[in-house]
Amino acid sequence: MITVHGLRKRFRGTVALDGMTFAVRPGQVTGFVGPNGAGKSTTMRVILGLDRADAGDALIDGHPYRGLRDPLRHVGSLLDAAALQPGRTARNHLLWLAHSQGLTARRVDEVLDQAGLRAVARRRAGGFSLGMRQRLGIAAALLGDPPALLLDEPFNGMDPEGIVWMRRLLRALAAEGRAVLVSSHLMSELQETADHVVVVGRGKVIADAPVAHLLATAPGARRATLEDVYLALTRDEVEFRAVDPARAR
Amino acid sequence: MNAFGQVLRAEFTKFRTVRGWVVAAVAAAGATILLGLLPGMQGSCGRNGPGSECAPTLGPGGEVVVDSFAFAHRPLTGDGSITVRVTSLTSRLLDPGPDGPPPDDGSPHEASAREAATPGASPRGSRPAVVPWSKAGLILKAGTAQSSSYAAVLVTGGHGVRMQYDYTHDRAGTPGTVSTDSPRWLRLTRTGDTVAGAESPDGTTWTTVGSVRLAGLPPTVEAGLFTTSPQHAERVGGSLGAGTTGGPTEATGTFDHLLVRDEARSAGAPGQVARPAWEGENVGMPGPAPQVPGGDLERAGGVFTVTGSGDIAPAVAGAAGIGVSLARTLAGTFVMLLVVTVVSTGFITAEYRCGLIRTTLTASPRRGRLLAAKAVVVGAVAFVTGLVAAAVAVVLGQRVLRGNGVYVHPATTPTELRVIVGTAALLAVAAVLALGLGTLLRRGVTAVATAVAVIVLPYLLAMTVLPDGAARWLLRVSPAAAFALQQTATQYPQVANLYTPANGYFPLAPWAGFGVLAGWAALALGTAAVLLRRRSA
Repeated sequence: MITVHGLRKRFRGTVALDGMTFAVRPGQVTGFVGPNGAGKSTTMRVILGLDRADAGDALIDGHPYRGLRDPLRHVGSLLDAAALQPGRTARNHLLWLAHSQGLTARRVDEVLDQAGLRAVARRRAGGFSLGMRQRLGIAAALLGDPPALLLDEPFNGMDPEGIVWMRRLLRALAAEGRAVLVSSHLMSELQETADHVVVVGRGKVIADAPVAHLLATAPGARRATLEDVYLALTRDEVEFRAVDPARAR
Repeated sequence: MNAFGQVLRAEFTKFRTVRGWVVAAVAAAGATILLGLLPGMQGSCGRNGPGSECAPTLGPGGEVVVDSFAFAHRPLTGDGSITVRVTSLTSRLLDPGPDGPPPDDGSPHEASAREAATPGASPRGSRPAVVPWSKAGLILKAGTAQSSSYAAVLVTGGHGVRMQYDYTHDRAGTPGTVSTDSPRWLRLTRTGDTVAGAESPDGTTWTTVGSVRLAGLPPTVEAGLFTTSPQHAERVGGSLGAGTTGGPTEATGTFDHLLVRDEARSAGAPGQVARPAWEGENVGMPGPAPQVPGGDLERAGGVFTVTGSGDIAPAVAGAAGIGVSLARTLAGTFVMLLVVTVVSTGFITAEYRCGLIRTTLTASPRRGRLLAAKAVVVGAVAFVTGLVAAAVAVVLGQRVLRGNGVYVHPATTPTELRVIVGTAALLAVAAVLALGLGTLLRRGVTAVATAVAVIVLPYLLAMTVLPDGAARWLLRVSPAAAFALQQTATQYPQVANLYTPANGYFPLAPWAGFGVLAGWAALALGTAAVLLRRRSA
C-alpha cells in the first residue's frame, strides 16, 4: 500500500503540490487523473524518491522509498518509457536492473515473456517504437514482482492490441492483490480498467472515490461517463482551455 | 551479495552492454600499445656493425655513466699530488656537417696540439660558444678504462671550480671563469684512499674544495690533465611544435706550471728512477690523442693545451644526453587518457541525456552509493585496460626501440613495475575525475569538453608547445602531474641537458604527482556526490 500524506512542494514560487493526500490500496487499480500541471508527475516522483517534498510524506508500506532495500521488489514503476540508452538491447536493459536488485537473468527472461518482448529481446532499444518501449517499461516494473506498481501514462503510443493487453494486465495485477496506480488522460481506458480514481487539480485531491460511485452520483445520471465526471470535476482547475470548436462555429 | 555489490554489478553490466564503450576502451589500449611499438624513432646503436653498440657502462655506484674525455696522464703510485695552473678554457659548437667528407681531411696544417672529437672531421665548421659544463682540470683515475672510479678538480665554462668524483658527485668551489688575467691553480692530493681537491688563485693560498674517500682505489692510479665538453642542446621554439637542436661541442684547456709529487719515489730512490712516461689518450672517444711532447709533460715545463669532447658524468636521457628513458614507450598514454576521459564522462552524462538517470535512481536510491559504484566501475575498467596496455608497451616497446638502434636507459624491475602500475592508476583516477565532472555538469558536450580541457589538454600542452616554465608549472598543479609516475630518469644539476617533460623529466616525484591527480578526483567526486544528493533527478 502506498500512502501519500500532506505533500507540499513549490518550484520557484509555483505551487506544485498543495497538501496532496491519498492512498493506493492493494487489490485494485487506482486511476490517477487531472489536468496537465495538476501535480501527478511530481507526486509520483516524490513517491519514488526522485524529488523531495517540502512537507508531508509518501510511504511504501510505511517506509520512505529511499530507505527501501531493493526498492524494485517493493514498487515497480514506469515514469518515462523513452528513458532508455539507445545502444543497449532490451534484455541488457532489464539485466542491469535485475542485477541492481539481486535478481537473476532468469527473472529477466520471465518478464520479457510476460511483456511479449521475447522476439526483440536482443535488439537495441534505440530502434523500438513507443509501444514497444512501453512494454519494456512494464517489464522493468514487473521485474521485482512488486506488491505495488506506479505507472505514468502506460497506454501512450500503444496500438489497439497493446491497449487491450495493457488493460488485461492491469486487471490481472490487481486481481493478484497488488496496489496499482495508473495515471492517464484516457478516461475511457480508465473507466474500463480502474476500480478507484483519484482526481487531482492544482496540487491537491479533488475527488478520491470508487469509479462506480462517481458514475452513480454524476448529475447526468445513467449515461454519464468517467470523462463527463472528470470534466465536471476539473472545470475550474485546468490551466489552459481552448475555445470549444463546436461552439465557436 | 551486499547492497553495494549489487549496485556495482548493475553498473558494470551497464558498462559492458554498451558496445561503443567497450570498443573504445579496447581500441584505446591498442592505440597506446601501437604508439609504443611503432618504429617512430631510429638510432644508430648497433646499426653500423659490431662495435657501434651504445652501451654506456655502469659506474662505481651502479648507475649508467658516460666517460669520454681527452686525457694526458702518467701513473702515480701510492700517495702523491699533482698541481697545475689553468689559464683558459674555451669551447666551440661543432656543426655536424651532413655534407660529405670534410675538405681538410688529413691536410698538413692540422694543429699540432689539437685533437678532434670526431676523426676526419676536423677542423670543420665550428663557432665559439660558452658551454657551461665544459671541463678542464686534473683527474686521478683508477685506470684509463671507461667508468672506472675517479676524483677530479676542474674549472668549467660557466659553473666555476668544481670537485667531482665517481660520476654522480659534485661539489662547488669558487665561481667565475678562468682567463690569463685570472688563472686558477688546481691540485689533487692522494693520501691512502682519500683524495683531496684544492684550488688557489695564485699557487700560494690554497682552499680545499672537497676531500673524498674512494674505496678500492688501486695503489697505482693514472693522474693527469683532462678536457671534455658535453653535448649541447637548446630549445628552438616556433609558435607550434617547438623542437630541440644541438650537437657536439669541444673545449680546449690551456695548462702550465704542471708539478707532480710522487711520495713513493722521492722517499725510495730519489733521482734514481726515471719518471714514468706520460701518454696522451682519448678515453671513450675516437680521434687523435693529446700529444705529449717527448713523453714527459713535466720536463717540457711549458704550456700545454688539451682539447676534448664528451663528458664524465652520469648518463642522462634526452636531447643533450644519450638515448631515451622508459617513458618513451608510453608516449601513447594520452590516447587512452583521452578515451578514458570521454567514456567516463559519458558513463553518467548519457544517463542524463536519455533520462535513464531516473530509472537508475529508482533502482538505487542511495545516490552516494550509486556514484561510488560508478566510480569503481570506470576506475577498474581504466585500470585493467591501462595495465595491459602499459605492460605490453613497456616490455615490447623497449625491445622495438633497441631493435631500432635507440639506447633505452635500463630501469630496475621495481621501477618498471611502478611505471606500469602507475600508468594504470593514473588512468583509473583520471576516469574517476572525469566521472565527477560529468556528474557535476550533466550535459554531455559541456562535460566532455571540460573534462578533456582539465585532464588531457594540460599534458598535451606541456609536452608540446608550452615553454619549459609553463610546462613545469602545469605538471605541478594540473591533473597531468600524475604523469610523473612514468618518470624513470634522474635529473643531475651538474649534467647539461634539457630536462623537459617531453624528455621524461617531471617536476614532481612519482607518487606526489599522482597525489595531485588524486586530489582533483577526490574534490570532483566529493562535490558531485553532494550535488547529486541535493538535486532532484
